[in-house]
Amino acid sequence: MSWLSILALALQTAIGFQGASYALAAAGLNLHFGYTGLSNFGHVGFLLVGAYGMAISADQGWSIWVGFGVGIAASVVLGLLLGIPTLRLRGDYLAIVTIASAEILRLVANARPSEPLTGGSRGIGSLTSRLGFFDPSFIPEGTYGVGKSFVFTDRQLWAMLVCWGLVLVVTLLLRGLVRSPWGRVLRAIREDEDAARALGKNVVVFKLQSFVLGGAIGALAGALIVLNAGSVSPTRWIAPFTFALYTVVILGGAGTVWGPIVGAVVYWFVLDLADGVLNNLWFDVSDTSAGAIRLAIMGVGLMALMVFRPQGILGSKKEMLASGR
Amino acid sequence: MAAELRTDAMAALDLVEATVGVAKPDSILVADDVTRRYGGLTAVEVDHLEVPRGVITALIGPNGAGKTTFFNLLCGFDRADTGSWSFDGQRADGAKAHVLAQRGMVRTFQLTKTLGRMTVLDNMLLAGRPQGGEHLLRALWRGSWRQQEADHVTKAYDLLARFKLDKLTDEYAAGLSGGQRKLLEMARALMTDPSLVMLDEPMAGVNPALTQSLLGHVTALRDEGMSILFVEHDMDVIMTISDWVVCMAGGRIIAEGRPADIAGNAAVIEAYLGIDHGASTTGTIS
Amino acid sequence: MDLARSLRNPRVLLLLLALGVLWPGTAAGAQTPTTKPAADGVTAADEAKCKFTKQEAIEANGGPLGPSIWGRLCQVIDGKATFAKGATITVSQGGKEIADDTTGADGVFVVTIPGNGTYQVALDPKTLPKGFSLTDEDRAVLSNVQVNLGDQQSTFRLGEDDRGQRDLSDYATTVAKGVRLGLILAVAAVGLSLVYGVTGLTNFAHAELVTWGAIATYLANSAGVPFWLAVPIGMVAGAVAGLANDRAIWAPLRKRRMALLSMMVVSIGLSTAVRNLFQVAYGPAGKRYTAASGQLERSYGPFRLTPNDVIIMVICVAVLIGMTVLLRSTRLGTAIRAVADNADLAASSGIAVDRIITTVWVICGALAALGGTLYGLTINVKFDMGFVLLLSMFAAIVLGGLGNAYGAVLGALVIGVVQETSGLFIDTAYKFVVALLVLILVLLVRPQGILGQRERFG
Repeated sequence: MSWLSILALALQTAIGFQGASYALAAAGLNLHFGYTGLSNFGHVGFLLVGAYGMAISADQGWSIWVGFGVGIAASVVLGLLLGIPTLRLRGDYLAIVTIASAEILRLVANARPSEPLTGGSRGIGSLTSRLGFFDPSFIPEGTYGVGKSFVFTDRQLWAMLVCWGLVLVVTLLLRGLVRSPWGRVLRAIREDEDAARALGKNVVVFKLQSFVLGGAIGALAGALIVLNAGSVSPTRWIAPFTFALYTVVILGGAGTVWGPIVGAVVYWFVLDLADGVLNNLWFDVSDTSAGAIRLAIMGVGLMALMVFRPQGILGSKKEMLASGR
Repeated sequence: MAAELRTDAMAALDLVEATVGVAKPDSILVADDVTRRYGGLTAVEVDHLEVPRGVITALIGPNGAGKTTFFNLLCGFDRADTGSWSFDGQRADGAKAHVLAQRGMVRTFQLTKTLGRMTVLDNMLLAGRPQGGEHLLRALWRGSWRQQEADHVTKAYDLLARFKLDKLTDEYAAGLSGGQRKLLEMARALMTDPSLVMLDEPMAGVNPALTQSLLGHVTALRDEGMSILFVEHDMDVIMTISDWVVCMAGGRIIAEGRPADIAGNAAVIEAYLGIDHGASTTGTIS
Repeated sequence: MDLARSLRNPRVLLLLLALGVLWPGTAAGAQTPTTKPAADGVTAADEAKCKFTKQEAIEANGGPLGPSIWGRLCQVIDGKATFAKGATITVSQGGKEIADDTTGADGVFVVTIPGNGTYQVALDPKTLPKGFSLTDEDRAVLSNVQVNLGDQQSTFRLGEDDRGQRDLSDYATTVAKGVRLGLILAVAAVGLSLVYGVTGLTNFAHAELVTWGAIATYLANSAGVPFWLAVPIGMVAGAVAGLANDRAIWAPLRKRRMALLSMMVVSIGLSTAVRNLFQVAYGPAGKRYTAASGQLERSYGPFRLTPNDVIIMVICVAVLIGMTVLLRSTRLGTAIRAVADNADLAASSGIAVDRIITTVWVICGALAALGGTLYGLTINVKFDMGFVLLLSMFAAIVLGGLGNAYGAVLGALVIGVVQETSGLFIDTAYKFVVALLVLILVLLVRPQGILGQRERFG
């Protein structure tokens, strides 16, 4: 495989559905971590709830809209359940409770007794026709692109279009929110909760609003992933998914409006490039090793970013320097 | 110093007897039987205290006297084990910190809590009241809060000019000097239109020139009709500006009175000399 | 899964059929002797009575064994090993019958097979003599016996089926296993709690310290060092790793005054990177310590534990007592507690805060390594074993009260026992879920944890 086609494949993933769905999920996390300073390390739990909401609804024969409704309603309930007890406490508690509850959700979905509802470890498959996600597509059947590698099918294009469209809508909505006095309070809480409290802000309520809203955006991303894949399985919703989203948020610039989008595109480009390179070395790298090396690169990247460029691509250096108090 | 002026509230205090728990003609804060224990240690045990309205009251005492703890209890930043107190005639014990702040009791912190990654102007605007745009649903509809925001901006610029911070409006607060941050915190507190300003060691770690300027600002607030309660252990500062002094030691109030009364009070002198000489150290962190 | 479950019950008049496979092409030394999968519930005494080795099989066969599936049908009846005579064993492959054999008076059968592959081994229950019965009729056919080089064993289960019932001993043993898990968790998590105490860092990469210790011990062990000598080697490796962690990463970041939330994110990156590098370097498969094999359960009062279980618990208790003494009554311990209470105050009273923090990291690394090794001894050593334990460790230290080392121990015991015993009442798939739910419920009622102090402001 030529280096050019490796680049083309990486770009395809980056601007394709993968990139878009990560951008959407990361937008929610950015509201939590970037703007409010909430240490939500179980964001994948919100995605899971959105995904299973959609899949289970489709399995019951309900429409996509009901699926979105169920997924988002469940994410709001989850946000309130986790937020009300823990947002009063120090951030460490939130970190541990969120990561634990995301794991609980995954294990419950995976467990044999849950099979009638979630399909257990096999998940729920062959939903594509029931979901009818691709039915409204106006894109004529065929493939579109340049050359042999940078090619999208009509279905891929449709999924991209819908997902990036939603990313844009959500981002503009968040842009309006974080630039309002409401967003100003969130930033104040991120900087110093006690100061915000001393100025008469009901800190817990603001945190809860941010937590639930960001969680619902995560659920939306989860539902879209199911729409695109036509199936759901429990193996996907593991803690490293959340960590990848952190990498996306920080890479793009935590607490910036367009950061999650830039972060998601760059993240997937780099990761897929690494994959392409690993598969085309002069010696063989097994698939499991390649996967592990990819994740190791992500881990090292996350550390290096935090240490050497915490403001990410879009954040301002000056603002970051200010964070040292 | 603009302390020549004497308000009615100050004059009224002249008639009050200098004893612990004495009743004042007009009190903004009245506390009864307030205790706070940590493990087996009683940090605060106050039987009765009235903080007079419209004047500067100093809460003094050596390190570990429980003044900061008492202060934190009063403004809702810590929970008392027992006790009741009222602010402006309304019950205040058990109220959350932000509720008290909304009712006009606003505090500052010993270690300044400016919001580093926000601009000086944003620091100020945050404190403005009322804020329709802080409602999640209205936040998206800019028209509903645009006018309010514009009013806050005008007020913020006025206050910043008064504290000589108006040239720094777009700087990140973290970029300010320590003194400027103290000033910003005080200016920010005033954005909320408070009736009682609670200052936690406002002069701690501040150079003499800035101390003078801060003292000037504090007395100016009093002259505008606000009540001030501040924690301090530097005797010179206390004698210069306070109208009433409350002295704590070992969690209890051991003396109350005008600065002159306190200066000659045997219990106060003993508490200071007997326990602590280090009035200039950083103080306890409780 | 089913096999393990069917082996759970102890009092059963037991079966024992050792199915071994010999392959003549390999020298005897290359054959890995496999023990029966740690037979929960089969009492050691019963086990021993029905024990059947290859040597005995060769003797019974009256000559060397070719490629074959062999075994002996044995059931303990009235405390005596009794052999089933005249039972028919049929071996088939892909639905095609290959050969059969009928057991002799010694209960032994030998079925010759063509070579490696997957076989179905069926026992005709109708041919079992009086007094013998299969525990589970459905398991009269072992449908998936994989034959590779070497010996393997598989079992038919004989005796009355009372798997649905439990007795006091089952409950007691489960609780003991919970305590074992709790103690291991405590040893592994005390360091996490101490580091949190002195630096405020919630260290996700603690998981990899645990894994590292287990792997280091494994490497020493597989290089020929006897297991119990390899343990201290693993601890030293852990201590070095703890020291390196602090010196290379955390001390510089502390100097930069990096926010705790940012440090948490750094630790996530570190954890992800190291865990995956372990997977590449060490391989994705789980491996076992030499000391992990040959473990049979014995009865200690109502508890049925393996000797390893007992040693593990003794070591954990000793280490935890040692830590308590260290924290309570040494100068180092006093200094650690002072730094945890208030680092600024400790520094102003002449304590070298940075040195204390580094020391804590060294202790943390060594204890994490020990915890990892002991955990590896109960299951196996795998690149993500620490990560699997991480949430339980977090749950333990939050449950006990963040930063409180004694709380961490108490929390670990609660989490361990809850996790193990919940399997008695609900599906085992949920046992981890139950432990985490307990954590969340405790936080609801007592946010500061069991031993934590109510939070102070200001």
